[in-house]
Amino acid sequence: MLDPKGPIALAERDLLFDAFYVMMLVIVPIIILTLWFAWKYRASNTKAKYTPKWANSVTIDAITWLIPTVIVIAVAVLLWRSTHRLDPYRPLESKEPPFDVQVVAQDWKWLFIYPEQGIAVVNQLAFPAGRPVSLRITSDTVMNSFYVPQLAGQIYAMAGMQTRLQMLADQPGKFVGRNSQYSGGGYSDQHFEVLAMTPADFEAWVARAKQSGAALDASAYTALSAKSRANPITYYSTVEPKLFDSIIDKFRHSGHAHDAPARR
Amino acid sequence: MFGKLTIEALPFYSPIAAGGAAVTVGGALLVAVVLTYLKAWKYLWTDWLTSVDHKRIGVMYIVLALIMLLRGFVDALMMRAQQAMALNSGGYLPPEHFDQIFSSHGTIMIFFMAMPFMTGLINVIVPLQIGTRDVAFPWLNAVSLWLSAAGAALVMVSLVIGKFSTAGWTGYPPYSGIEYNPGVGVDYWIWAILISGVGSTMSGINFIVTILKRRAPGMTLMRMTPFVWTALVASVLMAFAFPAITVACGLLALDRLAGMHFFTNAHGGNMMNYVNLFWIWGHPEVYILILPAFGIFSEVVSTFSRKRLFGYESLVYATAAIGILSFTVWLHHFFTMGSSAGVNAFFGVMTMIIAVPTGVKVFNWLLTMYRGRIEFHPSMMWSIGFIVTFVIGGMTGVLLAIPPADFLMHNTTFLVAHFHNMIIPGVLFGYLAGYMYWFPKAFGFAFNRGWGLGAFWCWIIGFYLAFMPLYLLGLKGMPRRMETYNDPTWQPYLLVAASGALVVLCGIGCMVMQLYASLRDRNKTRDLTGDPFDGRTLEWSTSSPPPPYNFAVIPTVGDREAFLEMKEKGVAYQRPARYEAIRIPSNTPIGVIVGAFAFVLGFAMVWHIWWLVLASGAVVFAAVIVRSSNDDQEFTMSAAEVKAIEDERFRLMGSRS
Repeated sequence: MLDPKGPIALAERDLLFDAFYVMMLVIVPIIILTLWFAWKYRASNTKAKYTPKWANSVTIDAITWLIPTVIVIAVAVLLWRSTHRLDPYRPLESKEPPFDVQVVAQDWKWLFIYPEQGIAVVNQLAFPAGRPVSLRITSDTVMNSFYVPQLAGQIYAMAGMQTRLQMLADQPGKFVGRNSQYSGGGYSDQHFEVLAMTPADFEAWVARAKQSGAALDASAYTALSAKSRANPITYYSTVEPKLFDSIIDKFRHSGHAHDAPARR
Repeated sequence: MFGKLTIEALPFYSPIAAGGAAVTVGGALLVAVVLTYLKAWKYLWTDWLTSVDHKRIGVMYIVLALIMLLRGFVDALMMRAQQAMALNSGGYLPPEHFDQIFSSHGTIMIFFMAMPFMTGLINVIVPLQIGTRDVAFPWLNAVSLWLSAAGAALVMVSLVIGKFSTAGWTGYPPYSGIEYNPGVGVDYWIWAILISGVGSTMSGINFIVTILKRRAPGMTLMRMTPFVWTALVASVLMAFAFPAITVACGLLALDRLAGMHFFTNAHGGNMMNYVNLFWIWGHPEVYILILPAFGIFSEVVSTFSRKRLFGYESLVYATAAIGILSFTVWLHHFFTMGSSAGVNAFFGVMTMIIAVPTGVKVFNWLLTMYRGRIEFHPSMMWSIGFIVTFVIGGMTGVLLAIPPADFLMHNTTFLVAHFHNMIIPGVLFGYLAGYMYWFPKAFGFAFNRGWGLGAFWCWIIGFYLAFMPLYLLGLKGMPRRMETYNDPTWQPYLLVAASGALVVLCGIGCMVMQLYASLRDRNKTRDLTGDPFDGRTLEWSTSSPPPPYNFAVIPTVGDREAFLEMKEKGVAYQRPARYEAIRIPSNTPIGVIVGAFAFVLGFAMVWHIWWLVLASGAVVFAAVIVRSSNDDQEFTMSAAEVKAIEDERFRLMGSRS
């Protein structure tokens, strides 16, 4: 996270640092004053001034309320703007069209479906560098949290619901992605590889996936969704159409299904 | 006959689990043997377990808290050891054992360490500070204690019979639902929290009524001590917030037992309803715990700076503001849910606003020290350590309150470091300051100073060693709750963190030695005046330990620092012309009976032993009816007896001076 490789992670980190510096303006003086007062007004130092009854000062009261208020207003403005600017649902501004990937959290692995290319991959997320990636995320199990620290913040993956996340890698590179929400026995091994590639490399990667010959149809999906730990990277050359939507819908078909999640 | 309970439930599947069970059972047996050897059973039963005296109930709460602190700390030590070792390997713990440990650590530290510690301190001190003879509902107070103990006992029993939850202390569904967690672990967690939660709600109500209705004449609201104020606001929060978690856990229990779908995906249930309900309790809970600690710091800083508290009104308004605002920030625990930028920004800003009254408090403590005469009593050291360390946690809290920054750091060890930075220097240091400050008041002899200072230094150094590396690891993207990991750059940090846990262990060792040394020297260090620190508030005006009736004559209050004012006017220690008879609530075993059968009820619910559920429920119900039908709940201590106790007190005081 300290070494961001994309504009989202960079902006989030810079925001963190800005707020950190503002906060340092208060906490460093407080720490110094505390230690200084404790030393200066120690009982054995009888030369220091002693005012046992002094307990009120409207001016000082006003200042003690004012200082934190001013700082909080400053950080709150920063917060309000950045929260809207870095809303994970908001498409990135770019000349390139967004690259869509559908993400499914399973016990204990990640399935990435590429609707444009018609392929699916377990535990490996590849995309062209420099192009905004638009993720739709759900879970076919308990709550997970999709997290690629060097490219973007995280968002929950929840069954029967869809969340969204945008990210972009400036340069080609290899990163680590994880689930950060504890989900059971295989949680510690539930990480995946993130590959930002040059367009040519990406085309070759897609072609390789297409050669795998494995089809992700309904029965293959059922087998895949069973619990498994530390899954190897697996490629599927074809994917059942609308698989992603059917995974969301299966949690909502019975009884009084609630409406589609508010923010698609 | 025994529901789901079979011999398989015993932990012989792993030597480590069996070892934990053996220590638990062995510890209980050891206590039983010692009590038998000392022939102390009868004393324990008549003077303590059946007592409805707020001071004794408070002490029992604190004993419970200290025992659970040991248990929760062993969990912490095991987690630090596992993560220090588990690079590309399984570490030393059997699979999924780690998950039980982080779940029980959080559950124990919040519900069965911090809550009883706080409730205990309020119990011992608040009635004394407001100049009354007991809480408003003494028997209800005993029931609250024994319900807390029943919940703690359920968590302890899960070590021996069956397994504990692996769902973390927050128990998020659908993971905690029956589909993904068919075992008994989550049920242990649910029933421990449901049973103790009822006790906490009743404690809250009891303290609200006590503080509002039982104050000594002259003690207006704005003459209450800062600790009483924070206890009042925390009690209001308890009464309003605990029902939310009781409902959340109750609905989760229905999901698991009755096949309902409040929080699972089918039939329109939604897990985020649980998460909202949980944190509608969970965030006020943070302030339930920390406000009384703030109150203690206010008392301690003023007493040991030998100076009137600066900005009392500001502190009172800041406390009340925090109490109200604490109900408006719960969503910041799940900014990553995918709510809109407007919602996230609103809750982020509300969270920051809480930093204002908190900041005001910090300035007021600083200004109380300014131009004081500071004595470095262990309680004062905890307070100074608190201010310096707490502002770091406050800073990281403000960072986490910014939603886009939270997207990066949520669920990482940065978050773990942040809340430990609030709970350890904030909450626990506060309680330990109160524990070391009021110990002589509760027991009548001095609390060893050297071991107390040793405990402070070990705790604070250990804290920095254990949690600063976790901040850095979070910035490196390490998620929390990992049993194993494959990133070799993380291990050095985790080794430092483990060394910090060992330093804290030394601090706990110092606390044990402090108790031992103080008991050993008790005859040399008796507190005969009742006022060892030149105190300012009413609890120091009575003897140490206080008599059963607290005050032979209810004091009349003329100032915020009521006792200091009496001393300055020369009216402290004045004896009345004649004493009056005093009505005192009688001891009753019904509180401990209710707690014991509530424990059995919870155990039977966990294992689906339905006849036992009905039977124990009937006993609890009958016990309450019996108690409520009893009109003879108090006894009279005659004027002569009161006079005899007071004569003895003044004789001892005189013999010292």
